Amino acid sequence: MPINKDFIGKSYPASPPYLVGREKIREFATAIGDNNPAFHSVEAAQALGYSDVIAPPTFAFAVAFSTMAAAIGDPDLGIDYRFVVHGEEHFEYARPIIAGDELVVINTIEEINYVRSNEMMTVRQDLQTVDGEHVVTARNTLVSRGTAPAEEA
Amino acid sequence: MPTLAEVNVGDELPAQSFPLQRLNLIQYCGASGDFNVIHWNERIATMVGLPNVIAHGMLTMAEAGRVLTDWAGDPGRVVKYGTRFTKPVVVPDDDKGATVDVSAVVTEKGEDGTVTVELTATCDGSKVLGKAFGVIKLPAS
Repeated sequence: MPINKDFIGKSYPASPPYLVGREKIREFATAIGDNNPAFHSVEAAQALGYSDVIAPPTFAFAVAFSTMAAAIGDPDLGIDYRFVVHGEEHFEYARPIIAGDELVVINTIEEINYVRSNEMMTVRQDLQTVDGEHVVTARNTLVSRGTAPAEEA
Repeated sequence: MPTLAEVNVGDELPAQSFPLQRLNLIQYCGASGDFNVIHWNERIATMVGLPNVIAHGMLTMAEAGRVLTDWAGDPGRVVKYGTRFTKPVVVPDDDKGATVDVSAVVTEKGEDGTVTVELTATCDGSKVLGKAFGVIKLPAS
């Protein structure tokens, strides 16, 4: 079953708040092998003008990913995740994510189109604080391999 | 930390190489929450047509991003970062794993105090990221 194009433009309610923990940032930085002091040392981050450790740029994905299934796992959307690979990822930052941030994610389906036999779906993920301050916009393009309808492929 | 005045189009950022073994993938699964089975289970990875277990695209992107954040000094100066995932990084279960080599060059200086950097990431000589770029806001002087 192809992805349901009626979902283009659909925006989902804000996710439950995600509290960004200092140890989670350290764990993520360690997992990517990144010893940058701004990700590990409160003093180093404060010397740069931040209130606490900041997160590596791609940490935004981990926050956004945790909300994605709830938003686009809708059976009517018709995505079969066995066929899905990650096609593109883009981030625009108003500021880095900082330990202590309480973030909500608003998922919006921006585009669904066909490229040969593949379907591509781009989801915009706006990360903002619970007080409404915009922090990051992520655009995640998923590729569903070989699932485009034959007549439009 | 570089300033806008001292950076020129064509400048190369220090290149870096990032070795990835199975342990790094498993660690990234836990840290990111992405436990897709193709990143840790060779049996299923090969069943769905992959040559072996592959690294998360986002892990490759994270490694490449270190070339930007290490150069910027303050990682919070990265205001945009984007890429396509063009080829999987295959990580065999041996003592070597895979290595992602990342180079970067300044391609644009904006009026708004930003520089655009194009990234090239390869594994075994093949590009694994496409149209990868970062935009970094630098102090004027």
